[in-house]
Amino acid sequence: MRTRRLVSLLPLLVVAILIGFFIVGLTKDPRELPTVLLDRPVPDFSLPGLPGRDPALTDPAAIQGEVVLVNFFGSWCVACLQEHAMLKRIQAEGLVPLHGIAFKDQPEDTLRWLGRHGDPYDAVGYDTTNRIAIEFGITGAPETFVIDKDGVIRHKHVGPISEEAWTNTLRPLIEDLQKG
Amino acid sequence: MIPEIGHFALTLALCVAMVQAIFPMVGAQRGDLALMNLSRPASVALFLTIAVAFAALTHSFIVSDFSVSNVYLNSHTDKPLLYKITGVWGNHEGSLLLWILILAVFGLAVTLFGRNLPPGLRSRALSVQAMIVVGFLLFILFTSNPFERIDPAPLNGRGLNPLLQDPGLAFHPPMLYLGYVGFSMAFSFAIAALIEGRVDAAWARWVRPWTLLAWIFLTLGIALGSWWAYYELGWGGWWYWDPVENASFIPWLSGTALLHSAIVVEKRDTLKSWTILLAIVTFSLSLLGTFLVRSGVITSVHAFATDPTRGVFILALLAITVVGSFSLYAWRAPQMKSGGVFAPVSREGALLLNNVLLSTAAATVLLGTLYPLFADALELGKVSVGPPFFNAVFVPLMIPMLIVMALAPMLAWKRGDALGAAKRLWLALVAAAGVFAATYILAGGSFVHVGAAFGMGLGAWLLIGTLIEWAERVHLFRAAPGVSLKRATGLPRSAYGMTLAHAGTAILVMGVVGNTAWKSESIQVMKPGDTLDMAGHVYRFEGAERVEGPNYDAIRGHLTLMDGEGRVVARMDPEKRSYNTRTMDTTEAAIHTTFLHDHYAVIGDPSPEQGPGAFVTRFYYEPFVPLLWYGALMMGLGGVVSLSDRRHRIGAPARKPALASTMVAGGGTGTGSGPATEGAAR
Amino acid sequence: MRRGRPEPAMRAGPAGRKQGRRRGAGLAAALLVGALMLGAGGPAAAVQPDEMLDDPALEQRAREISRDLRCVVCQNESIDESNADMARDMRILVRDRLLEGDSNQDVKQYLVDRYGDYVLLKPPFKPTTYVLWFGPALILLGGVAAAYGFYRHRATQAAAPPPLSADEQARLNALLDDDPAGGRSDDHKPGGAA
Repeated sequence: MRTRRLVSLLPLLVVAILIGFFIVGLTKDPRELPTVLLDRPVPDFSLPGLPGRDPALTDPAAIQGEVVLVNFFGSWCVACLQEHAMLKRIQAEGLVPLHGIAFKDQPEDTLRWLGRHGDPYDAVGYDTTNRIAIEFGITGAPETFVIDKDGVIRHKHVGPISEEAWTNTLRPLIEDLQKG
Repeated sequence: MIPEIGHFALTLALCVAMVQAIFPMVGAQRGDLALMNLSRPASVALFLTIAVAFAALTHSFIVSDFSVSNVYLNSHTDKPLLYKITGVWGNHEGSLLLWILILAVFGLAVTLFGRNLPPGLRSRALSVQAMIVVGFLLFILFTSNPFERIDPAPLNGRGLNPLLQDPGLAFHPPMLYLGYVGFSMAFSFAIAALIEGRVDAAWARWVRPWTLLAWIFLTLGIALGSWWAYYELGWGGWWYWDPVENASFIPWLSGTALLHSAIVVEKRDTLKSWTILLAIVTFSLSLLGTFLVRSGVITSVHAFATDPTRGVFILALLAITVVGSFSLYAWRAPQMKSGGVFAPVSREGALLLNNVLLSTAAATVLLGTLYPLFADALELGKVSVGPPFFNAVFVPLMIPMLIVMALAPMLAWKRGDALGAAKRLWLALVAAAGVFAATYILAGGSFVHVGAAFGMGLGAWLLIGTLIEWAERVHLFRAAPGVSLKRATGLPRSAYGMTLAHAGTAILVMGVVGNTAWKSESIQVMKPGDTLDMAGHVYRFEGAERVEGPNYDAIRGHLTLMDGEGRVVARMDPEKRSYNTRTMDTTEAAIHTTFLHDHYAVIGDPSPEQGPGAFVTRFYYEPFVPLLWYGALMMGLGGVVSLSDRRHRIGAPARKPALASTMVAGGGTGTGSGPATEGAAR
Repeated sequence: MRRGRPEPAMRAGPAGRKQGRRRGAGLAAALLVGALMLGAGGPAAAVQPDEMLDDPALEQRAREISRDLRCVVCQNESIDESNADMARDMRILVRDRLLEGDSNQDVKQYLVDRYGDYVLLKPPFKPTTYVLWFGPALILLGGVAAAYGFYRHRATQAAAPPPLSADEQARLNALLDDDPAGGRSDDHKPGGAA
């Protein structure tokens, strides 16, 4: 009888655990993919710059020696436009250099886009093939990497940078890295 | 005005559902017949109010009332009438309303057909059914109101997703819901039985036909979806192990187990607490499917636009239902006593084995579907669980299942003779070996075809085994033809149902194996006049043109399919459509079927750089695909035939009053053991 | 609850004229398909002739690899089935790696290094997935053990009805005293409807 009672409790136990998982699951976004590149050196890349725009983000050496932000964007990306004002503010704040990599884009489109909406970037590179984006494990745009002085990836932000993300996460992290 | 009536009707329905949830239950506990009988008018009123709401929403869709946000978002004046109507359930809110409507229909059915049920059981079950309705009405009223207005009303709607503008898909959701929601009957009766503390043959005889009905709908619903995916998605795939597919497949597996274990309860008065558990689990899995699809915890191509509030709400609903019912189970189930004893090798034993395998299969698919969620919650990293995993674990489970499936019906109740049954199946074994050898040799005799040949052999084993079982029952070739005919017409329909369903499974298995092993494809750019050889046939591309449909533009390709001798077999005109209201294309594949295999052609993008009039074309040779549809139809038909069995229609006889108040279930003189049951036991 | 992130329709890969053809992303937001089962939504035009390799054996390998790799911007599709630009880029990458002489395993590892195990539709066998890979066998064993326990329990019950415990004896006496007529049914008789 006792075993029967225990066995009868088993289904309840299983569903209780399942529900627990679902509660945790609801707080997570299944589409959010943390980067596996965290704490690893920046992948090697070699990019052309945008014609007629300087400076160009051509290779990892260009960002060596200081903490930088590298932002993946494209003129086709709606969410990038949403993020744009925030990027301009970050640039104006002058805390950290902000570099851009335009991917899956034509240089003339990128230039036109930057011309129309303003250009918040220091150096910009462009990647027509999407190959560098894959090297960085990009799943969409915008995505922003925080890279430290030694060229190691310290953080990836997926989606537009919000006010909140900047003040609570990115800025403190950057200031920390700059001290270190 | 009409949307407001609909909204009001829903609110009214909530009040009615609350009445139906509370009073009949109180009445049943107190033995107050008047309160119990309140469930009858309440279930009628509940159905009527929800039907009014559903009609109001349908009306808004038909007249294209874009002041209703739901209509604006999912319809368009250009849409053909059929798709205006099917658009009602082509979205979260409307499909939820359909869900509730079906729940109410099943409640009404209990009232209409359950006159001879013991009043206590009936009113408790109706009360439980109403509790589910209350939950879903709260859900729809608070988070997903289908009647929400927008002001000012837009001039036209955003249109229905073009993929849904297809007859196959238009009726797929209602079928699926009828299946999902149909399992609520087994659930409600299981809860009622737990409250009463007794389960007996009469209970099983009432629950079985409803479970069967739900199972038929779910089977056909899944098959319809699979068929749609096959012809619409443009590459001839029919099963993807997508989380949303799994969400309907898992309840199907456990529902199939339930169907079989309920037989044991009815015939042999045992496996009762297990059957109750399965009834609860099956409906809980249906709810889980709803949760997964609508909450966004799992990524799928099919998830509704997700909204966290909805996710939280439906999780709460799910939690209350399962925690409540499993607590009740934990409390009451140990008190259930089982009747008939049986040996492991026996009909019951085989049905139990079927249950072990089907439940394992259901749990396995569930594990695979939820594992990404588990891993994420435990911070083990993001993982994907896709078709390669499911194929690797599901197939091995199905092999013993199919082997036993042919043997089981040959075994006697209580104590069977496995060796004897196997001997009687010698012909099936010979057939299986023959098919294995023939397939292996025909396929080219290489090692890679062993698996496929084995699968085909397994299908043959089950098919012939099932036919032998029938032949033995009618004494085919052993008695005079007249006698056999008489026996054949005298067999209960439920026996034919089983034969059909099992033979359908065999055919389905052969379709799955054959198609997976020998499907071939060819992708290329073709200029007008180009030909391509494939699977003993030749495709000639004649060119393509631009055509205009009612609410889309299309490229229509023209192809001629010829056999090896150059005779024209068919003309095929695949299309690629772009719909005006959504920036999205659909493919309309051209399929030529020989009823054993299909030739499948798709037209892609123009490729002018390869020459004038050049297009991308894709051809698929799809052997044995029609067997999938035949098999699924036979399974469904088997269900229908079994459902039409006289014993199912009569309904459950009243219980013996002397037993009505005992806590312990299952008296030895089980009410089900009338003459009718005896007839079916063999 | 959900972190501030745009709907996938808004990000998720380059758009351009192909915007609407992307099954995973574009659809997810708009998609109705409620409790629909069925797999992938959207027309398949996945592998294009211009991506394909001239060497049929190599192309065949590329297809096999592609079927095991998840399209990272899609909901739940392999790159072989997906129309997303990202999937196309990955298909081309797979073929380029094969041309460079990578083994199938090398190609997969290349993407795992950049996207994690997430890109594999067949999860790797390692401690974090033991539960997944051993799970089905364990569940089956559990089921078989439960059935075995059931039979053993029944066998002992059938062989000899266990003597009543003191507690049961007391209850029985109480019942007999209370209700000599017939409160006690034949419920306790093992075997039941034999």
